[in-house]
Order: sequence, then C-alpha cells, then structure tokens
Amino acid sequence: MIYDIDFETMPREALEAIQLRRLQSTLENVYAKVPFYQKKFKEAGLVPGDIRSLKDLSLLPFTTKQDLRDNYPYGMFAVPMESVVRIHASSGTTGSPTVVGYTRRDIDTWSNLMARALSAGGATRGDIIHNAYGYGLFTGGLGVHYGAEKLGASVIPVSGGNTKRQIVIMKDFGPTILTATPSYTLHLAEVAKEMGFSLADLNFKFGIFGAEPWSENMRKELEETLGIDAVDIYGLSEVMGPGVAIECHEAKNGLHIFEDHFIPEIIDPITEEILPYGETGELVFTSITKEAFPIIRYRTRDITSLHPEPCICGRTHIRMKRVSGRTDDMLIIRGVNVFPSQIESVLMKSSDTTPHYQLVVDRENNLDTLTVKVEVSETLFADEIRMLQNTEKKISKDIKEYLGVSAKVMLVEPKSIARSEGKAVRVIDNRKR
Amino acid sequence: MRVEQISIFLENTGGRIAEVTTILSAASVNIRALSLADTTDFGVLRLIVDDNETAEKVLKENGFSVGKTSVAAVAVEDKPGGLNRILILLAKADINVEYMYALQQNGDHAVMIFRFDNIDDAVKLLDSEGIRVYKASEVASL
Ligand SMILES: [Zn+2]
Repeated sequence: MIYDIDFETMPREALEAIQLRRLQSTLENVYAKVPFYQKKFKEAGLVPGDIRSLKDLSLLPFTTKQDLRDNYPYGMFAVPMESVVRIHASSGTTGSPTVVGYTRRDIDTWSNLMARALSAGGATRGDIIHNAYGYGLFTGGLGVHYGAEKLGASVIPVSGGNTKRQIVIMKDFGPTILTATPSYTLHLAEVAKEMGFSLADLNFKFGIFGAEPWSENMRKELEETLGIDAVDIYGLSEVMGPGVAIECHEAKNGLHIFEDHFIPEIIDPITEEILPYGETGELVFTSITKEAFPIIRYRTRDITSLHPEPCICGRTHIRMKRVSGRTDDMLIIRGVNVFPSQIESVLMKSSDTTPHYQLVVDRENNLDTLTVKVEVSETLFADEIRMLQNTEKKISKDIKEYLGVSAKVMLVEPKSIARSEGKAVRVIDNRKR
Repeated sequence: MRVEQISIFLENTGGRIAEVTTILSAASVNIRALSLADTTDFGVLRLIVDDNETAEKVLKENGFSVGKTSVAAVAVEDKPGGLNRILILLAKADINVEYMYALQQNGDHAVMIFRFDNIDDAVKLLDSEGIRVYKASEVASL
C-alpha cells in the first residue's frame, strides 16, 4: 500500500517544482539562523538567492561530519531551544558524538515518512509491529515507533536486548512485522532454535531491516529463517533518522528516497564532482523540510548509486542501491576508485558465503598493483589443482569486468589472513610507506 | 568399491606437510598414503587414512579446509605394461583419470589410488575386465 499516494507517485516535473521551492526556503532559513552556513555561503561568494534551479545546488559547499562535531552540541540548530521537542545523538565511536534536534513539526514529518516507509515494507493498520530497534538517543527505536503509531498499526516497543523475553513475546503476542537490525534478527532466530522452535512458524509476514550494512545473501537467509519478505530501510540521524529511504516490498530492488523531503546527490569522494545516475560514489543529502536541524549537502560517507528508472510499485521517487560500504575504505588503484565492498560482491558470486579476503596494494615500477587474497573456504575448495586455478582466474576476470582493475587473485589457507577483533583486516596499502 | 580420500588446501607446502602429519599422529590417525599436487603458489595434499572422521575433525580444529573425495583403490600388475593396460581400457571407454598415486605394494601387484571423473562407470569397467578394485574395508586391512 502507498501511504501518501499524492506525494509518493507525483510526476517528476511537479516533484522538482516542490523540491526547488522547499530548497530555496531552507537556504533562506539556514543563512539567517545558522552562523556556520552563513559563513560557508559567504566564503563561496553566494547568497541563497543565487540558487535559482535544482542544478544550482551544486554551487553550495558540502557539510561534513567534522563540521557537525565542530559545532557540538547545538551549533547547527536553526531554531531556539524552546522550539525543540526532541534530541537524538549518534554514537561517537570516533570523536565526539553529533547531536540533532527536532521541532514538533519535524517529529510529525518524520512520523509521516516512517509511516510511508512501513507501508512500503508491507505494513498496514491491522499489523502488529515488533520493534526491536533500540529506544534511546539512537533514532531507530523511536523513529519506527512514531511511524507505526501514525500508520495506525499496533506497536510493541520491545527495544533491543533481553533476547529470550523478546522471543516469548513474539510467540505470545503474534506480531506480523519485525523491525530490527539484520544481525540481531539472526541472533533472535538462533536463540529461538535453542528454545526449541522456529521463527518461521510464527505469524511474521514482513521484516524491515536496517541500521547496518547487509547483503543480498543475508536477505535470502532472513527470508528463509523467518518465512517473510525482507526489505532494507535507510536513514541517519544527521539527515533525520530511519525513513529517509525504503525498499518497496513489491520490487525489493533499491530504496526509494523520499525526494519531497530530501535531495540526494552522488559525488566522487575525491574530486567532489557530481556523478551521473547509475555511477557509484558517495551519497550526499540536503534536507528541504526540516526546521530544527536542516542540513545542506551532507556527505554521508555511504557508498551507493542512484537509479531513476520507474518502479513496479508505482512510486516515482528515485531509488538508491543498498549501501555497499563507506568512503573511508576507498582505494585508488591506477586512478580507479575501488571499494572493498565491491570486491566482496564479486567474491560472493563464486561462493555461497562471503569468504574472508584481503586487498594488498603495492607499487612496482611506479605502477599500482592489487593482490586479492581469498581464504579457501569449504565451498571454494576443490581437490584438483586445475579447479582451484580456475577459481583464481574466474575471480580475477570478474574483478576486471566489474571494477575495471586488474588484480592478481591468490588463494590462501583458512584463518591465514590477520584478524583484528574477529574481523579480517581488509586492506593493506603498502604504497603509503 | 569407493574409498574415501581427504584433501587439504596448503598455501606454502614446505613446513605445512609436517604440521599435518604431526596433527594426525597426535590424534593417533595412521596415514596410509599421501600425495601432494602443487603449483608455485599453493598445493593440495591428498590423504588416505585409517580414520577419516577423526582426521577431518582434528584438521578442521586446526583451521584447515578439508575436502572429501571418493576414489578407487585398484590392483595394478607389477610388471611392464600393467598400468598401461588399465589406462588404455579407460581411455577407450572415454573415462578420464583426474589423478592417481600409489597406495602400497600387495604381493605381486601394486595398489594405486585413482580419481575418475565417473567412478561408477570406471569401477564397472575394471570389474568386467577382471581387474581388482578394493573395497574400503579391504584397504583398511591392507
Ligand atoms: Zn518501488
């Protein structure tokens, strides 16, 4: 079901007219209310009136995570604190956290967008939503909660943790929709199994998963383990929270971005050049309806691509691919941008599970070389040399085909790639020495 | 008529073979035959042992990728042309030998391990030609 049929299926031309109007008023607002933006615009020799078309957005400076940290905690707010009704913060694993605020109208907008998202993911008024996203400073729990109430579904605010009790609730309360991180869901399924039953035997129909990167293989696993259709949800507190983009359960092929509230761009993370539709790069967002915490050209550091092709569900909003990695992990090899996650997708074609791998970059005679070490899992192993060599050749060919770089593929023994806190060290760049 | 062979992926074969044999001997697994195929980058160690289950378990515990393959233990006359006769028979029947290696001497003939692309057809053919194919239980007591 499409929750907001007028806006979600709006013809492109009308949508862009709304975007421009909303963008212009957002720019006027931040220029007047947020010293950071006024300073940045002045440095670029711009006033809000210079932005006359959506194309002109590219004239504006970017906003980075560091900018938000520099203005910790409330420096980026565009309204006085008496208008702020809610505060969230992202965890500060590296550096100080970033703090965001919401006016009453922002909460209302967010609730509406989350209601849209839940509907796209298969939820209706009659559903019972088991919400296992954490409630608290993290936007996941409350974001879904308000959206579920707005939609009129019954929400069980179970939050994260206390796994055994969650499973009893799942059994007794009969929820039909699960909202959770994919990794926690698989943990729930395992614990349920230990308790003697399968989540597939419960009432679940749809799962709406996000807040961490996951893969197509994981989708298959989740759908089989729970007997559901699984969709991907995307959001980040700096832009709003969950509900910035959502996959429709009809296509399960890319996430519709709610473009009447956010304008997406894809840029080359090095040159900062805007990339055309279909090309992979860093996702950049501009919010065009937020009051307390508007954000202009925010560099998410998430890697994806944008696809304008029409969707079978009827929504006209552009789709972004599932986020495949972070810009922090990017390598430039002979001038080609390479993300470890792209290599991972290639490897997944040759193996049922994702093998552990490591990229080693060297410079020989002023030329970059890439070696991809792949641990020989049971599925990759063959007892014939020829077959193992074919596996190496095939992976190398796939990498060349999909990424456009030549790589030497080397099969190595299981557990031979150095691990750091259980995770394989993905990249060794010897060029920096 | 099938004998189970275990195989292991080795990255650099030098000291690693000794590691494998040490692990197996510590688990009281007896190695009946061992063959190594390698390239400059990696190798595959193939083993016939008296206790596959234990061997697989301890090798996995030590982080090796263990594969299992059905092979045939075939009696080869220990005289000129003995092996040749078998290979010609197989070639005529269009059966490929992926690889082979010696298991041991048994009286007047040698016992060799063969890996065929089609083990059922191969065993049937050898049987019909009066060439002995050992059962797994017979191999164990050789
Ligand atoms: Zn759709």
